[in-house]
Amino acid sequence: MSTYTADLTSKLRFGAYDALVLTRRNLLVWFKVPAFIVFTVIQPVMFTLLFRYVFGGAISTGLKGGYVSFLLPGVIGQTAAFTSFGTAISLAFELQKGTIDRLRSMPIARSAVLLGRLGADLIRLLITVLIMIAVGYAVGFRFSGGVGGAALMIVYSLLMGLAMCCISAFIGLAIKDEESVQAFGLIWVFPLTFVSSAFVPVASMPGWLQAFANNQPVSQMVGAMRALALGHPPQAPYGDHLWLGPLWMVAVMAVFIPLAVRTYRRA
Amino acid sequence: MTNDHAIVVEGLHKSFGDVHALAGIDLVVPRGSVLGVLGPNGAGKTTAVKVLTTLLAPDSGRAIVDGRDVVAEAEAVRRSIGLAGQSAAVVDELSGRENLEFIGRLFHLSAAESRTRASELLESFGLTDAAERRAKTYSGGMARRLDLALSLVAHPRVLFLDEPTTGLDPRARNDMWAVIRQLVAEGTTLLLTTQYLEEADELADDIVVFDHGKVIAQGTADDLKDTIGGDVVEFTVEDKGTVATALRAVSGCGEGEPSATEEGEITVRAGRNGSAVLLEVVRRLDKSKLTVFGLGVRRPSLDDVFLALTGHKADDDDEIEGAA
Ligand SMILES: Nc1ncnc2c1ncn2[C@@H]1O[C@H](COP(=O)(O)OP(=O)(O)OP(=O)(O)O)[C@@H](O)[C@H]1O
Ligand SMILES: [Mg+2]
Repeated sequence: MSTYTADLTSKLRFGAYDALVLTRRNLLVWFKVPAFIVFTVIQPVMFTLLFRYVFGGAISTGLKGGYVSFLLPGVIGQTAAFTSFGTAISLAFELQKGTIDRLRSMPIARSAVLLGRLGADLIRLLITVLIMIAVGYAVGFRFSGGVGGAALMIVYSLLMGLAMCCISAFIGLAIKDEESVQAFGLIWVFPLTFVSSAFVPVASMPGWLQAFANNQPVSQMVGAMRALALGHPPQAPYGDHLWLGPLWMVAVMAVFIPLAVRTYRRA
Repeated sequence: MTNDHAIVVEGLHKSFGDVHALAGIDLVVPRGSVLGVLGPNGAGKTTAVKVLTTLLAPDSGRAIVDGRDVVAEAEAVRRSIGLAGQSAAVVDELSGRENLEFIGRLFHLSAAESRTRASELLESFGLTDAAERRAKTYSGGMARRLDLALSLVAHPRVLFLDEPTTGLDPRARNDMWAVIRQLVAEGTTLLLTTQYLEEADELADDIVVFDHGKVIAQGTADDLKDTIGGDVVEFTVEDKGTVATALRAVSGCGEGEPSATEEGEITVRAGRNGSAVLLEVVRRLDKSKLTVFGLGVRRPSLDDVFLALTGHKADDDDEIEGAA
């Protein structure tokens, strides 16, 4: 019994260690590829500035601080969803290339490849979010919900990123082909992020869209993040609940983690 | 019994839908020996390697590697093996050294140990000068050598190489062969797949020939060559009118009677003494004053093996190709 416990703790320790080594490897690869940097840093910053200055004037939100207060939590939510594209691409690529087969033929924790991928992608997202907040501050955004609210908004964005990366991990492992993932891996993200409260108040959409836009997970998360960032009580358009979004994310993970793990085992 | 055998395979089956990638394979590889698995595209070589390296579960049958069952004791098997798959599984963005060091860390070597091991391997694979360069900039041969080095970080007792020289030029192939020979000299058991009879001949103690997921022949390289009649001496007469004369001239040089094609190409089966037969053919042609070109000894190719064993050429099977 006690040896079993010892085995289990050492297994967990080694599992975490293996995942950490792979996280480091994946981050190093990311730092070395200019295209990845562009995708993960420059593109979100560009989105922030484009929406702020091009659409901002046409969209009235009735918020103190104007559109940029509305926009920043939304565009961070969108970035969290887009980040997951990298997860799908990398996993499909590594499957094709054979590097995952090498890792699977080694005595490392079964979970390490997926955890190392998710770990690196979340750190990548965190860096991006911090940069976006800095850019937001330069163009007029201000947190008005205190340090706690700001920190919690960042945590929410990471939770959202994690859930989206789990979906993408499954997609990348299931499709297995980098080019197909390039073509189709992001399609599901577009309606989810654009038909949501991320960029415009849902009230400005046609009635039949509102029903979807109000109740889908991205809107719920973005609404909650907005409420946290701006220090408003959770109510439209700031999100009806602080907990409904995270609940969605947990549900998404409950479905997609087992799917991803199963696909990984059979890939 | 399993103890003096590094690999024992019994009745292995694996299907993908309708394709029987492995249709009942039996193999035994003694410790310290080299088994060459020879077969055309789609024969089931990679599938066999994947089952033996715990990447793929068989539908039925049993495979024991280094005394452990690949399904029930997969974790233990992974501690004994090294794998270099059919494509070079290196991380392109990282340098050769970084690739090696990360694998070292995953085998729970310390940072310093990983560095030392990486340097050793870079040195013995002739990659020291390229160590700090991204693997993306490596030539095909260098990438393959790095891939092999990656599979050796933890000193595996049983090594699997899936077509280690496919796509390499003759020089890179020779370099690779030298590296592999050295490993074998150090006592590593090796299972190697290849599409080239010559490669199996150069490196393997024993050869099994796969076709459609089955072992269709098995033995040493010499055994196989005997099956197909060994070396072949070939030449072409300049004037097609002289074919009959030429046939008469070289009659009795090799094994059986020489044969000729409509294009005037004459073939003499030479068994194991290709050069002796070649000499005799030269003498006789000289004496009969015939003008010929393209005279030489040809070693039997995979195609010859297949033609002899199955009656079809290795690559004229669209059925299996189409399923790929
Ligand atoms: N994952 C898979 N799904 C479906 N069919 C597969 C899969 N893997 C292999 N096959 C099929 O199984 C058969 C054997 O394939 P395998 O890759 O083992 O051949 P091989 O001898 O390694 O060929 P090659 O020389 O081309 O590498 C082929 O017909 C192939 O199409
Ligand atoms: Mg193969």
